[in-house]
Amino acid sequence: MHGIALWFRHLHETTGINLTIAYDPFDRARFLRGFLVTLELSAISILGSVLVGIVGAWLQGSRLRWTRRFVQGYIQLFRNTPPLVQMFFFYFGLSVLMPTVKNRFGMQQPLIGGFAWASISLIFFAGAFNVEIFRSGIEAIPSSTIEAAEALGYTRLQTYIHVVLPLATRVCLPALTNNLVNLIKTTTLAYAIAVPELLYVSNQIWSDSVNVPVMMVVLFIIYIALVGLLVAAMNAWERALRRPGLGT
Amino acid sequence: MTAGCNAGRALPVMLPLPEALRRPAAPPPIRLSLSHGIALAGFVMLTALAADAAGVAAPRAGVLAVLVRWSPLLLRGFGFNILISFMSMAIGTIVGAFLGLGLVSLRRAVRTIAWALTQFFRNAPWLVLLFFMIYMLPFQIQIGPVSLSLPDWVKAVIGLALPVMANVSEIVRGGVQSIHPGQWEAAESLGFTRTQQLWQIVLPQCVKRMIPPWMNLYAILTMATTLASIVGVNEIVTLASQVQAAEGGRTDLLAPLYGYVLLLFFIYSYPIARLTQRLERRYAVRI
Repeated sequence: MHGIALWFRHLHETTGINLTIAYDPFDRARFLRGFLVTLELSAISILGSVLVGIVGAWLQGSRLRWTRRFVQGYIQLFRNTPPLVQMFFFYFGLSVLMPTVKNRFGMQQPLIGGFAWASISLIFFAGAFNVEIFRSGIEAIPSSTIEAAEALGYTRLQTYIHVVLPLATRVCLPALTNNLVNLIKTTTLAYAIAVPELLYVSNQIWSDSVNVPVMMVVLFIIYIALVGLLVAAMNAWERALRRPGLGT
Repeated sequence: MTAGCNAGRALPVMLPLPEALRRPAAPPPIRLSLSHGIALAGFVMLTALAADAAGVAAPRAGVLAVLVRWSPLLLRGFGFNILISFMSMAIGTIVGAFLGLGLVSLRRAVRTIAWALTQFFRNAPWLVLLFFMIYMLPFQIQIGPVSLSLPDWVKAVIGLALPVMANVSEIVRGGVQSIHPGQWEAAESLGFTRTQQLWQIVLPQCVKRMIPPWMNLYAILTMATTLASIVGVNEIVTLASQVQAAEGGRTDLLAPLYGYVLLLFFIYSYPIARLTQRLERRYAVRI
């Protein structure tokens, strides 16, 4: 470990490639923390938004007109407005109206912090797209399948959970992958509300050590690797779920 | 048999289903109309009123009055957003179209380079690309005797054009590949050169199909123009926070102000989304 640090220090002195995160323990620690925050934010918003998509798509098939209208309004509102402004609206606008709690230093602190607001707004943003994606998958299911489930005595919810959703998921996985890739890229917006994620800590590091190009390359590599991992995982899942005769 | 039953025509041997057993007809898709816009505007007013009520009664302007007073400034900021989106879209489309043609090139080297560029700029976060351009481009560039200064907003335009370029490139590739290979072969047998095949036979057929995803991309870009506020361009989000500061940093103004910005973007991009949907349906490839 010490040898690696020495080598990177040498690299800096000889070539000017200043990779502080490789030899400076302080920079490395905060960079790792930022990376973990990005991972956590991505994981939470992916799970949450998929859940929103599943529930929203079910509500969209509701018999109540106002439920459908509400879901449709939600989708259109969040699809057609900038995610950054949504985040600001939540973080600055709504957090004012939220109660505060005393933290361990005796200071007033908002009940919902930056990380939580970032997750909430990302979940709502990506969830709106996910509802549409799941709905398109549901529409691809032949109605005779649903009728068959009904004939077997399934209720609407049971049909959805045991018949419609498993089939629809297989149909809409490619579109879902696309949207989740987008979601990972959108987590960088949390930078704007000072959540210490990857871009935020990188900004701190390059402000301190003036190594913008190097950190930029590191950032690009990490994000492209993250996206690549997600795509690989989703493709593997798609193959595992594949049923002969369903879809293409 | 079942099809006849579904359509509601009773076959002689099959009586129509009793009411209790009938499946409810699929809910009709909902279209947003003027009433929804009014409801949305009402939502902004409501946040304004709620904020008004929450604030202490002091001799200061109501939230609505503040919004009205600063509307000219905010609208000008929004116009700047639209301008940025137009310029980025123009640059991204022109460069991206050539990159996309590179993706379907016959030369392996060209294909590989175009593929690498497309993948890189498509999978990198927009905000990181924007930062990249803001920091990497010089303040000033010297072309011979002319020195061109690059203000932040020009850098933002270029930074936003990069992901647009990569996405346009994918759209062009998808469009060209959606054309049946028989078209290429038929054109070749008629003696067209490769360039002629591309420009006279294939592209005219697929441009129509590329329009809906292209418009979709434009809507995404319009949303992304707000990112320019993070790197210090004076567009609507920056102006909104400046308005809040000018009003003495009243926290009750934040929700209505950002709600107002959301509303402006919604009004601008919802019609585009609807038009895209309609075109998608019209140009859908039927196999």
